[in-house]
Order: sequence, then structure tokens, then C-alpha cells
Amino acid sequence: MLAVKRIILDVLKPHQPNALEFCKVIAKAGSDYRVRLTVLEVDENTETLQLEVTGSDIDFEVIQSTISDIGGSLHSIDEVEVQNESDLG
Amino acid sequence: MDLFHQVKFILRLTRSHDIVRRYFIVNGFDGALTMLGLIMGFLFSDTIEITVILNACLGAAIALGMSGMSSAYVSESAERHRELGKLEEAMISDLHDSAHGEAARSVPWLIALVNGFAPLIISLLILIPLFISKSGIVLPVSPLYIAILIALFLIFLLGVILGRIADISWFRSGIQTLLVASITALLIYLFTSM
Repeated sequence: MLAVKRIILDVLKPHQPNALEFCKVIAKAGSDYRVRLTVLEVDENTETLQLEVTGSDIDFEVIQSTISDIGGSLHSIDEVEVQNESDLG
Repeated sequence: MDLFHQVKFILRLTRSHDIVRRYFIVNGFDGALTMLGLIMGFLFSDTIEITVILNACLGAAIALGMSGMSSAYVSESAERHRELGKLEEAMISDLHDSAHGEAARSVPWLIALVNGFAPLIISLLILIPLFISKSGIVLPVSPLYIAILIALFLIFLLGVILGRIADISWFRSGIQTLLVASITALLIYLFTSM
């Protein structure tokens, strides 16, 4: 079984909800998600973020829909860490 | 998310806390001052049945509520639509199904309710002595005087809230709004006694 352990996303979002609230909503999308958010750029109406999500089995679709539900827009997947767990006892 | 937290979230999302608060105070003040004016007008007139006074005041209160609700909805709806369009332009994406789209649709309703209910509730509070009198309970003082006292108290209270928002002396702010009410009362007296 392939499990996504870590992803780094490039996201554009409006100023509201703020970074903390945005982070919390993403973290709530999974039971063991750990989210690290870095604001890379601030414009008049938007913010560009680097979003790092770690977890035992990240559901990318859920994260993507959560981001768009709160008004964000996923620009790119910058880094991914996937583990093949079928070999593990 | 329960309703209370959802309301808080969309208000934060659209940064509408201040607008809701402003609408509540402005239209609440409108309601209180209108009732004060009507009741004082009746007080300076010949003896009129309490039912007539109550119906006239209730009519005005309902009209104020409806006017506040519809005007706030129309203006806020246009404003939110414009804001969402600007945000969509900046995001280069459709936000219709996002929290921002939902907020743009529900915030005008919320503001309309506050803008409509503020004058209606304040007016109904002022009219309590008239309702009591109409139900047959005899009050020690004329219900019109008690209604005026309630109106003045509520106007003072709105001033106090304004003072606390502006972080200035609540007493001074309360007195300022009372002064406006006193000038209104004086003008009504001057014009009705001509």
C-alpha cells in the first residue's frame, strides 16, 4: 500500500481566513495531520503560501477540496514523500 | 460548526463585525428617536385613546423594521457581490462554492436582520408601558411618560455602547446621545405647540 507521508503545496489564498485559521482547517481534514504554513508573499488581496502537511496517510483529494472550500487555490505540488508500506511487517 | 461559530466565521471572513455593530446602533437609535418623537407628539396633543397611539407607534416600528431590513439587504448584497468579484479577480478562480461565496450570500441577510430588528426591538421595548396599559393594568404614572423614560434610557444606553466602542468616556457619550434626544424633544414641543 502506498501512503503519502508528506506534501508541500504552493497555495494562493485571500487574506481571510488568516494563516492560523487556514492551518487549523487543513489540519482538521485528517486525524493525524500536522500542518506547517509559511507565508511567502503578501499582495493587496491575496497571500501566497507554502503549505507542508505531514501525516501517516495523507488524502490529497480531501486537502485539495478543503483548500478550495475555504477560498484557496492550489497552484502546484512542490514536494511529495510517499512510502510503500506493503513490505513492512 | 454550530450556528454561532459559523456566524462568527463568516463575519470574520468578510470583516463585517464593524458593519453589523454600526447598523445595530444607527438603526436602533433611529427606532428609539422615532418612538420618542411619536409619543411626545401624542403627549402634546389632545387626549387620544391608548389603542390609537399604540397602533400608530406599532405601524411606525414595523415600517422602520421593514425599511431597515430591505435597504440593508439591497445595499449589502450589491457590496458583497462587488467584493467577491474583486476577490475572484485577484484569485483568478471561481469562489462561488467556497466559504467566501457562501459568506457573500449570507452576510447581506444577517446584516438585514440586524438592521431590521434593531429598531423594531427597541421600539417594542419603548412601547411596553402602552401594552401594559392597553391590557387593563393601571399604571401609577401615564404610560406615555414611562415610555419616554424608557426611550431616553435606551438612547443613553446606545450612547454608552458607542463610548465603549470608541474607547472614550461612556458617560460623556451617553450624555451626548441624550442631548440629541433632548433637542429632538424640544423641537417637537416647539412645532406642536405653535
